[in-house]
Amino acid sequence: MTTLTNTDTDTGAESAHHPPRDHPPYRSSRLRHPKQPLIPLRDPEAVELSGPAFGVTDVAALDSDLTRQHPGEPLGERITVSGRVLDRGGRPVRGQLVELWQANASGRYAHQLDRHPAPLDPNFTGFGRCLTDDDGTYSFTTVKPGAYPWSNHTNAWRPAHIHFSLFGTAFAQRLVTQMYFPGDPLLPYDPILRSVSDESARQRLVCAYDHDLSVPEWSLGHRWDIVLDGPSATLFEEGDDH
Amino acid sequence: MPAPTPSQTVGPFYGYALPFPRGGDVAPDGHPETITLHGYVLDGEGQPVPDALIETWQPGPDGSRAGAPGSLRHDPVTGRPFGRDGVAFTGFGRVPTDADGHWAVRTLPPGGVSYVSLAVFARGLLHHLFTRAYVVDEPGDALLGSLPPERRATLVARSEAPRTYRFDIRLQGDGETVFLEFPPESA
Repeated sequence: MTTLTNTDTDTGAESAHHPPRDHPPYRSSRLRHPKQPLIPLRDPEAVELSGPAFGVTDVAALDSDLTRQHPGEPLGERITVSGRVLDRGGRPVRGQLVELWQANASGRYAHQLDRHPAPLDPNFTGFGRCLTDDDGTYSFTTVKPGAYPWSNHTNAWRPAHIHFSLFGTAFAQRLVTQMYFPGDPLLPYDPILRSVSDESARQRLVCAYDHDLSVPEWSLGHRWDIVLDGPSATLFEEGDDH
Repeated sequence: MPAPTPSQTVGPFYGYALPFPRGGDVAPDGHPETITLHGYVLDGEGQPVPDALIETWQPGPDGSRAGAPGSLRHDPVTGRPFGRDGVAFTGFGRVPTDADGHWAVRTLPPGGVSYVSLAVFARGLLHHLFTRAYVVDEPGDALLGSLPPERRATLVARSEAPRTYRFDIRLQGDGETVFLEFPPESA
Protein backbone atom coordinates (compact mmCIF):
# COMPACT_ATOMS: atom_id res chain seq x y z
CA MET A 1 0.00 0.00 0.00
CA THR A 2 1.07 3.53 -0.56
CA THR A 3 1.71 5.80 2.34
CA LEU A 4 -1.22 7.88 3.40
CA THR A 5 0.83 10.79 4.65
CA ASN A 6 1.28 13.92 2.70
CA THR A 7 -0.66 12.72 -0.30
CA ASP A 8 -3.23 15.45 -0.52
CA THR A 9 -0.85 18.18 -1.45
CA ASP A 10 -3.43 20.85 -2.09
CA THR A 11 -3.85 23.73 0.23
CA GLY A 12 -6.72 23.52 2.68
CA ALA A 13 -8.72 26.08 0.76
CA GLU A 14 -8.36 24.14 -2.46
CA SER A 15 -8.92 20.62 -1.20
CA ALA A 16 -12.52 21.38 -0.30
CA HIS A 17 -13.20 22.02 -3.97
CA HIS A 18 -10.92 19.72 -5.92
CA PRO A 19 -10.22 16.02 -5.54
CA PRO A 20 -7.01 14.85 -3.88
CA ARG A 21 -4.71 13.45 -6.52
CA ASP A 22 -4.29 10.29 -4.46
CA HIS A 23 -7.68 8.62 -4.37
CA PRO A 24 -7.16 4.83 -3.89
CA PRO A 25 -10.67 3.79 -5.04
CA TYR A 26 -9.64 5.15 -8.47
CA ARG A 27 -6.86 2.66 -9.09
CA SER A 28 -5.06 4.54 -11.82
CA SER A 29 -4.32 7.38 -9.40
CA ARG A 30 -2.00 5.19 -7.31
CA LEU A 31 1.24 5.63 -9.25
CA ARG A 32 0.34 8.91 -10.90
CA HIS A 33 0.20 11.43 -8.09
CA PRO A 34 3.15 13.29 -6.60
CA LYS A 35 3.99 12.53 -2.99
CA GLN A 36 5.97 15.69 -2.42
CA PRO A 37 3.93 18.77 -1.53
CA LEU A 38 3.26 21.16 -4.37
CA ILE A 39 5.32 24.34 -4.22
CA PRO A 40 3.06 27.38 -3.83
CA LEU A 41 4.09 30.25 -6.06
CA ARG A 42 2.96 33.80 -5.41
CA ASP A 43 4.83 35.70 -8.08
CA PRO A 44 3.13 38.64 -9.77
CA GLU A 45 5.58 38.22 -12.67
CA ALA A 46 4.78 34.53 -13.21
CA VAL A 47 4.10 33.66 -16.83
CA GLU A 48 1.27 31.41 -15.62
CA LEU A 49 -0.77 34.51 -14.75
CA SER A 50 -1.18 35.23 -18.44
CA GLY A 51 -3.01 32.95 -20.76
CA PRO A 52 -3.21 31.37 -24.16
CA ALA A 53 -5.27 33.39 -26.63
CA PHE A 54 -7.98 31.83 -28.75
CA GLY A 55 -10.28 33.45 -31.23
CA VAL A 56 -12.65 32.97 -34.11
CA THR A 57 -9.98 31.26 -36.19
CA ASP A 58 -9.90 28.46 -33.61
CA VAL A 59 -13.53 27.40 -34.03
CA ALA A 60 -15.54 26.45 -37.09
CA ALA A 61 -19.23 26.88 -37.73
CA LEU A 62 -20.25 23.31 -36.94
CA ASP A 63 -17.95 22.77 -33.99
CA SER A 64 -20.59 23.51 -31.37
CA ASP A 65 -23.24 21.24 -32.91
CA LEU A 66 -22.00 17.68 -32.56
CA THR A 67 -25.11 16.37 -34.32
CA ARG A 68 -24.18 18.09 -37.61
CA GLN A 69 -20.59 16.98 -38.05
CA HIS A 70 -21.51 13.99 -40.25
CA PRO A 71 -23.96 13.48 -43.12
CA GLY A 72 -26.62 11.74 -41.02
CA GLU A 73 -28.25 12.20 -37.66
CA PRO A 74 -26.57 10.51 -34.71
CA LEU A 75 -28.51 8.04 -32.62
CA GLY A 76 -29.72 8.98 -29.17
CA GLU A 77 -31.44 11.67 -27.22
CA ARG A 78 -30.49 15.10 -28.65
CA ILE A 79 -29.58 17.60 -25.93
CA THR A 80 -28.58 21.23 -25.64
CA VAL A 81 -25.93 21.90 -23.00
CA SER A 82 -25.44 25.53 -22.09
CA GLY A 83 -24.23 27.62 -19.22
CA ARG A 84 -21.96 30.44 -18.19
CA VAL A 85 -18.26 30.41 -17.48
CA LEU A 86 -17.42 32.62 -14.52
CA ASP A 87 -14.31 33.37 -12.51
CA ARG A 88 -14.08 33.24 -8.73
CA GLY A 89 -15.17 36.86 -8.61
CA GLY A 90 -18.41 35.96 -10.39
CA ARG A 91 -17.37 37.82 -13.54
CA PRO A 92 -18.17 36.31 -16.93
CA VAL A 93 -15.17 34.84 -18.71
CA ARG A 94 -15.60 36.13 -22.26
CA GLY A 95 -14.26 35.01 -25.62
CA GLN A 96 -12.71 31.92 -24.12
CA LEU A 97 -12.36 28.51 -25.65
CA VAL A 98 -14.60 25.73 -24.31
CA GLU A 99 -13.89 22.21 -25.55
CA LEU A 100 -15.85 19.05 -24.83
CA TRP A 101 -15.68 15.37 -25.71
CA GLN A 102 -17.84 12.39 -24.89
CA ALA A 103 -18.95 8.86 -25.67
CA ASN A 104 -21.84 8.26 -28.07
CA ALA A 105 -25.38 7.36 -27.00
CA SER A 106 -24.44 3.73 -26.48
CA GLY A 107 -21.43 4.53 -24.32
CA ARG A 108 -18.62 4.09 -26.85
CA TYR A 109 -15.87 6.58 -27.64
CA ALA A 110 -14.72 7.06 -31.22
CA HIS A 111 -11.26 6.06 -30.02
CA GLN A 112 -9.15 3.14 -31.19
CA LEU A 113 -8.45 1.99 -27.65
CA ASP A 114 -12.09 1.94 -26.50
CA ARG A 115 -12.90 -1.76 -26.88
CA HIS A 116 -16.28 -1.65 -25.15
CA PRO A 117 -18.45 -3.76 -27.48
CA ALA A 118 -21.16 -1.19 -27.94
CA PRO A 119 -21.86 0.15 -31.44
CA LEU A 120 -19.89 2.99 -32.91
CA ASP A 121 -22.11 5.62 -34.48
CA PRO A 122 -20.97 6.67 -37.98
CA ASN A 123 -22.74 9.98 -37.46
CA PHE A 124 -21.17 10.89 -34.14
CA THR A 125 -17.56 11.55 -33.20
CA GLY A 126 -18.20 13.33 -29.91
CA PHE A 127 -15.96 16.37 -29.96
CA GLY A 128 -16.86 20.04 -30.02
CA ARG A 129 -15.61 23.49 -29.17
CA CYS A 130 -16.95 27.02 -28.97
CA LEU A 131 -16.05 30.44 -27.62
CA THR A 132 -17.93 32.03 -24.75
CA ASP A 133 -19.95 35.11 -25.69
CA ASP A 134 -20.03 38.54 -24.03
CA ASP A 135 -22.11 37.10 -21.22
CA GLY A 136 -19.67 34.24 -20.67
CA THR A 137 -22.21 31.81 -22.12
CA TYR A 138 -21.30 28.65 -24.04
CA SER A 139 -23.75 26.39 -25.84
CA PHE A 140 -23.52 22.96 -27.48
CA THR A 141 -25.94 20.67 -29.25
CA THR A 142 -25.05 17.00 -28.83
CA VAL A 143 -26.58 13.68 -27.79
CA LYS A 144 -26.77 12.32 -24.28
CA PRO A 145 -23.81 9.98 -23.80
CA GLY A 146 -24.35 6.44 -22.56
CA ALA A 147 -22.85 4.81 -19.48
CA TYR A 148 -20.05 2.31 -20.08
CA PRO A 149 -18.20 -0.33 -18.10
CA TRP A 150 -14.56 -0.05 -17.10
CA SER A 151 -12.25 -2.38 -15.28
CA ASN A 152 -11.58 -0.39 -12.12
CA HIS A 153 -13.59 -2.75 -9.86
CA THR A 154 -16.42 -5.29 -10.03
CA ASN A 155 -19.42 -3.90 -11.85
CA ALA A 156 -17.68 -0.60 -12.46
CA TRP A 157 -19.69 1.54 -14.88
CA ARG A 158 -19.02 5.18 -15.49
CA PRO A 159 -22.14 7.32 -15.17
CA ALA A 160 -23.03 9.27 -18.29
CA HIS A 161 -20.69 12.26 -18.47
CA ILE A 162 -19.28 14.88 -20.81
CA HIS A 163 -15.64 15.97 -20.50
CA PHE A 164 -15.00 19.73 -20.54
CA SER A 165 -11.76 21.65 -21.08
CA LEU A 166 -11.46 25.37 -20.25
CA PHE A 167 -8.71 27.98 -20.13
CA GLY A 168 -9.90 31.25 -18.66
CA THR A 169 -7.63 34.24 -18.75
CA ALA A 170 -4.58 32.65 -17.12
CA PHE A 171 -2.71 29.41 -17.67
CA ALA A 172 -3.08 28.87 -13.91
CA GLN A 173 -6.87 28.96 -14.32
CA ARG A 174 -6.85 25.87 -16.54
CA LEU A 175 -9.62 23.35 -15.85
CA VAL A 176 -10.42 19.89 -17.20
CA THR A 177 -13.54 18.42 -15.65
CA GLN A 178 -16.60 16.27 -16.29
CA MET A 179 -20.30 17.12 -16.29
CA TYR A 180 -22.77 14.52 -15.00
CA PHE A 181 -26.54 14.19 -15.38
CA PRO A 182 -29.08 14.54 -12.58
CA GLY A 183 -30.80 11.44 -11.25
CA ASP A 184 -28.21 9.02 -12.65
CA PRO A 185 -28.31 5.90 -10.42
CA LEU A 186 -24.59 5.32 -11.05
CA LEU A 187 -23.46 8.56 -9.41
CA PRO A 188 -23.05 7.10 -5.89
CA TYR A 189 -20.84 4.29 -7.22
CA ASP A 190 -18.39 6.23 -9.36
CA PRO A 191 -14.95 6.63 -7.73
CA ILE A 192 -13.97 9.42 -10.11
CA LEU A 193 -16.95 11.61 -9.20
CA ARG A 194 -16.61 10.58 -5.56
CA SER A 195 -12.97 11.64 -5.51
CA VAL A 196 -14.54 15.02 -4.79
CA SER A 197 -15.22 14.43 -1.10
CA ASP A 198 -17.41 17.44 -0.40
CA GLU A 199 -21.06 16.80 -1.26
CA SER A 200 -21.82 20.35 -2.35
CA ALA A 201 -18.70 20.43 -4.52
CA ARG A 202 -19.76 17.12 -6.08
CA GLN A 203 -23.18 18.55 -6.83
CA ARG A 204 -21.50 21.32 -8.81
CA LEU A 205 -20.48 18.67 -11.35
CA VAL A 206 -24.12 17.71 -12.03
CA CYS A 207 -26.07 19.72 -14.59
CA ALA A 208 -29.75 20.64 -14.21
CA TYR A 209 -32.54 19.90 -16.65
CA ASP A 210 -33.73 23.31 -17.88
CA HIS A 211 -37.08 23.32 -19.64
CA ASP A 212 -36.48 26.79 -21.05
CA LEU A 213 -33.31 25.53 -22.77
CA SER A 214 -35.18 22.71 -24.48
CA VAL A 215 -35.83 23.35 -28.18
CA PRO A 216 -39.31 22.37 -29.48
CA GLU A 217 -39.33 19.22 -31.59
CA TRP A 218 -35.55 19.09 -31.30
CA SER A 219 -33.67 18.77 -28.01
CA LEU A 220 -33.80 18.61 -24.23
CA GLY A 221 -32.03 21.41 -22.39
CA HIS A 222 -29.42 21.07 -19.68
CA ARG A 223 -27.83 23.96 -17.84
CA TRP A 224 -24.39 23.77 -16.32
CA ASP A 225 -22.42 26.77 -15.11
CA ILE A 226 -18.67 26.49 -14.68
CA VAL A 227 -16.59 28.50 -12.21
CA LEU A 228 -12.87 28.68 -12.89
CA ASP A 229 -10.55 28.58 -9.95
CA GLY A 230 -7.55 30.76 -10.31
CA PRO A 231 -4.68 32.40 -8.55
CA SER A 232 -5.60 35.39 -6.46
CA ALA A 233 -3.90 37.70 -8.95
CA THR A 234 -6.47 36.92 -11.64
CA LEU A 235 -9.17 38.46 -9.48
CA PHE A 236 -7.57 41.85 -9.60
CA GLU A 237 -6.87 42.32 -13.25
CA GLU A 238 -7.62 45.73 -14.61
CA GLY A 239 -10.77 45.94 -16.67
CA ASP A 240 -12.78 43.15 -18.17
CA ASP A 241 -10.73 42.49 -21.25
CA HIS A 242 -9.24 39.11 -21.73
CA MET B 1 -18.02 34.59 -4.51
CA PRO B 2 -19.07 31.51 -6.45
CA ALA B 3 -17.41 28.23 -5.56
CA PRO B 4 -15.17 26.66 -8.19
CA THR B 5 -16.04 23.69 -10.36
CA PRO B 6 -13.99 20.69 -9.24
CA SER B 7 -11.36 19.15 -11.49
CA GLN B 8 -11.74 15.63 -12.93
CA THR B 9 -9.34 13.41 -14.86
CA VAL B 10 -8.85 13.91 -18.60
CA GLY B 11 -9.30 10.11 -18.90
CA PRO B 12 -7.75 7.88 -21.54
CA PHE B 13 -9.98 8.86 -24.48
CA TYR B 14 -9.19 12.54 -25.04
CA GLY B 15 -7.07 11.50 -28.00
CA TYR B 16 -9.47 12.30 -30.85
CA ALA B 17 -10.56 15.51 -29.16
CA LEU B 18 -7.78 17.59 -27.66
CA PRO B 19 -4.63 16.97 -29.72
CA PHE B 20 -4.57 18.89 -32.99
CA PRO B 21 -2.30 18.89 -36.05
CA ARG B 22 1.02 20.65 -35.42
CA GLY B 23 0.14 21.06 -31.74
CA GLY B 24 3.82 20.79 -30.88
CA ASP B 25 5.02 23.18 -33.60
CA VAL B 26 4.91 26.41 -31.62
CA ALA B 27 7.79 27.98 -33.55
CA PRO B 28 7.03 29.36 -37.00
CA ASP B 29 8.11 26.98 -39.75
CA GLY B 30 11.81 27.08 -40.48
CA HIS B 31 12.65 29.65 -37.81
CA PRO B 32 16.41 29.53 -37.29
CA GLU B 33 16.15 29.90 -33.52
CA THR B 34 13.79 26.98 -33.03
CA ILE B 35 14.50 24.86 -29.98
CA THR B 36 13.18 21.37 -29.28
CA LEU B 37 11.92 20.63 -25.78
CA HIS B 38 11.13 16.98 -25.21
CA GLY B 39 11.06 14.19 -22.66
CA TYR B 40 9.19 11.32 -21.10
CA VAL B 41 6.33 11.21 -18.60
CA LEU B 42 6.98 8.46 -16.04
CA ASP B 43 4.87 7.04 -13.21
CA GLY B 44 5.85 6.01 -9.65
CA GLU B 45 7.42 2.78 -10.93
CA GLY B 46 9.34 4.54 -13.66
CA GLN B 47 6.98 3.21 -16.32
CA PRO B 48 6.07 5.45 -19.25
CA VAL B 49 2.66 7.12 -19.18
CA PRO B 50 1.29 6.72 -22.72
CA ASP B 51 -2.00 8.51 -22.05
CA ALA B 52 -0.76 11.85 -20.78
CA LEU B 53 -1.22 15.23 -22.44
CA ILE B 54 1.26 18.08 -22.09
CA GLU B 55 0.36 21.73 -22.65
CA THR B 56 2.95 24.48 -22.82
CA TRP B 57 2.62 28.23 -22.47
CA GLN B 58 5.34 30.85 -22.74
CA PRO B 59 6.14 34.41 -23.76
CA GLY B 60 7.22 35.14 -27.30
CA PRO B 61 10.88 35.90 -27.99
CA ASP B 62 10.02 39.59 -27.59
CA GLY B 63 8.70 38.93 -24.08
CA SER B 64 5.06 39.39 -25.06
CA ARG B 65 2.66 37.28 -23.01
CA ALA B 66 -0.36 38.05 -25.15
CA GLY B 67 -0.08 34.93 -27.29
CA ALA B 68 -2.04 34.78 -30.52
CA PRO B 69 -5.15 32.93 -31.63
CA GLY B 70 -5.05 30.38 -34.42
CA SER B 71 -3.55 27.28 -32.83
CA LEU B 72 -6.61 25.17 -33.63
CA ARG B 73 -7.37 26.49 -37.13
CA HIS B 74 -9.67 24.46 -39.43
CA ASP B 75 -9.39 23.79 -43.12
CA PRO B 76 -12.11 26.04 -44.55
CA VAL B 77 -13.00 23.54 -47.30
CA THR B 78 -13.17 20.24 -45.46
CA GLY B 79 -13.81 21.65 -41.99
CA ARG B 80 -11.17 19.28 -40.65
CA PRO B 81 -8.60 20.44 -38.11
CA PHE B 82 -5.70 22.05 -39.88
CA GLY B 83 -3.58 23.37 -37.02
CA ARG B 84 -1.36 26.40 -37.10
CA ASP B 85 -0.65 28.49 -40.15
CA GLY B 86 3.10 28.03 -39.67
CA VAL B 87 3.68 31.79 -39.40
CA ALA B 88 2.19 33.16 -36.18
CA PHE B 89 3.79 32.41 -32.82
CA THR B 90 0.80 31.56 -30.59
CA GLY B 91 2.75 30.77 -27.42
CA PHE B 92 0.65 27.68 -26.78
CA GLY B 93 1.53 24.05 -27.34
CA ARG B 94 -0.42 20.84 -26.80
CA VAL B 95 0.92 17.33 -27.40
CA PRO B 96 -0.08 13.85 -26.24
CA THR B 97 2.56 11.40 -25.09
CA ASP B 98 3.19 8.50 -27.45
CA ALA B 99 3.27 4.78 -26.62
CA ASP B 100 6.70 5.31 -25.00
CA GLY B 101 5.44 8.16 -22.84
CA HIS B 102 7.41 10.61 -24.98
CA TRP B 103 6.41 14.15 -25.96
CA ALA B 104 8.10 16.96 -27.88
CA VAL B 105 7.46 20.58 -28.74
CA ARG B 106 9.45 22.76 -31.15
CA THR B 107 9.33 26.35 -30.01
CA LEU B 108 11.30 29.56 -29.66
CA PRO B 109 13.28 30.56 -26.58
CA PRO B 110 10.94 32.38 -24.17
CA GLY B 111 11.59 36.12 -23.96
CA GLY B 112 12.24 37.74 -20.59
CA VAL B 113 12.11 34.53 -18.58
CA SER B 114 14.14 31.34 -18.66
CA TYR B 115 11.32 28.81 -18.49
CA VAL B 116 8.45 27.29 -20.43
CA SER B 117 5.34 26.62 -18.31
CA LEU B 118 3.81 23.16 -18.51
CA ALA B 119 0.49 21.61 -17.51
CA VAL B 120 0.34 17.82 -17.24
CA PHE B 121 -2.88 15.84 -17.72
CA ALA B 122 -3.26 12.05 -17.64
CA ARG B 123 -5.60 9.19 -17.00
CA GLY B 124 -5.36 8.60 -13.26
CA LEU B 125 -4.51 12.21 -12.54
CA LEU B 126 -7.62 13.76 -11.00
CA HIS B 127 -6.28 17.30 -11.06
CA HIS B 128 -3.69 18.39 -13.61
CA LEU B 129 -0.23 19.44 -12.49
CA PHE B 130 1.82 22.53 -13.29
CA THR B 131 5.56 22.60 -13.63
CA ARG B 132 8.26 24.60 -15.43
CA ALA B 133 11.00 23.55 -17.78
CA TYR B 134 13.90 25.96 -17.26
CA VAL B 135 15.97 26.10 -20.40
CA VAL B 136 18.50 28.27 -18.57
CA ASP B 137 19.58 27.51 -14.99
CA GLU B 138 19.02 31.09 -13.91
CA PRO B 139 21.19 31.90 -10.86
CA GLY B 140 18.88 34.60 -9.53
CA ASP B 141 15.59 32.81 -10.07
CA ALA B 142 13.48 32.94 -6.90
CA LEU B 143 11.79 29.59 -7.42
CA LEU B 144 14.96 27.69 -8.29
CA GLY B 145 16.78 29.41 -5.45
CA SER B 146 14.17 28.30 -2.94
CA LEU B 147 14.66 24.60 -3.69
CA PRO B 148 17.29 22.15 -2.46
CA PRO B 149 19.69 21.13 -5.26
CA GLU B 150 18.14 17.71 -5.85
CA ARG B 151 14.65 19.10 -6.31
CA ARG B 152 15.86 22.12 -8.23
CA ALA B 153 17.46 19.81 -10.76
CA THR B 154 14.05 18.39 -11.70
CA LEU B 155 13.02 21.77 -13.13
CA VAL B 156 16.08 22.37 -15.27
CA ALA B 157 15.96 20.98 -18.79
CA ARG B 158 19.17 19.23 -19.79
CA SER B 159 20.92 20.51 -22.90
CA GLU B 160 21.34 17.40 -25.06
CA ALA B 161 22.48 18.83 -28.35
CA PRO B 162 22.49 22.30 -29.89
CA ARG B 163 19.02 23.78 -29.41
CA THR B 164 17.67 20.51 -27.97
CA TYR B 165 16.54 20.21 -24.34
CA ARG B 166 15.45 17.12 -22.45
CA PHE B 167 12.82 17.48 -19.73
CA ASP B 168 11.41 14.32 -18.15
CA ILE B 169 8.36 14.53 -15.93
CA ARG B 170 8.31 12.04 -13.04
CA LEU B 171 4.87 12.02 -11.46
CA GLN B 172 5.98 10.18 -8.32
CA GLY B 173 8.95 8.59 -6.57
CA ASP B 174 12.68 8.91 -7.19
CA GLY B 175 13.47 12.22 -8.80
CA GLU B 176 9.84 13.30 -8.56
CA THR B 177 9.37 16.51 -10.53
CA VAL B 178 8.66 19.67 -8.58
CA PHE B 179 5.04 20.63 -9.22
CA LEU B 180 3.69 24.09 -8.59
CA GLU B 181 0.45 25.57 -7.41
CA PHE B 182 -0.83 29.08 -7.81
CA PRO B 183 -2.78 29.74 -4.63
CA PRO B 184 -6.38 30.76 -5.17
CA GLU B 185 -7.99 33.61 -3.35
CA SER B 186 -8.88 32.01 -0.01
CA ALA B 187 -12.61 31.66 0.40
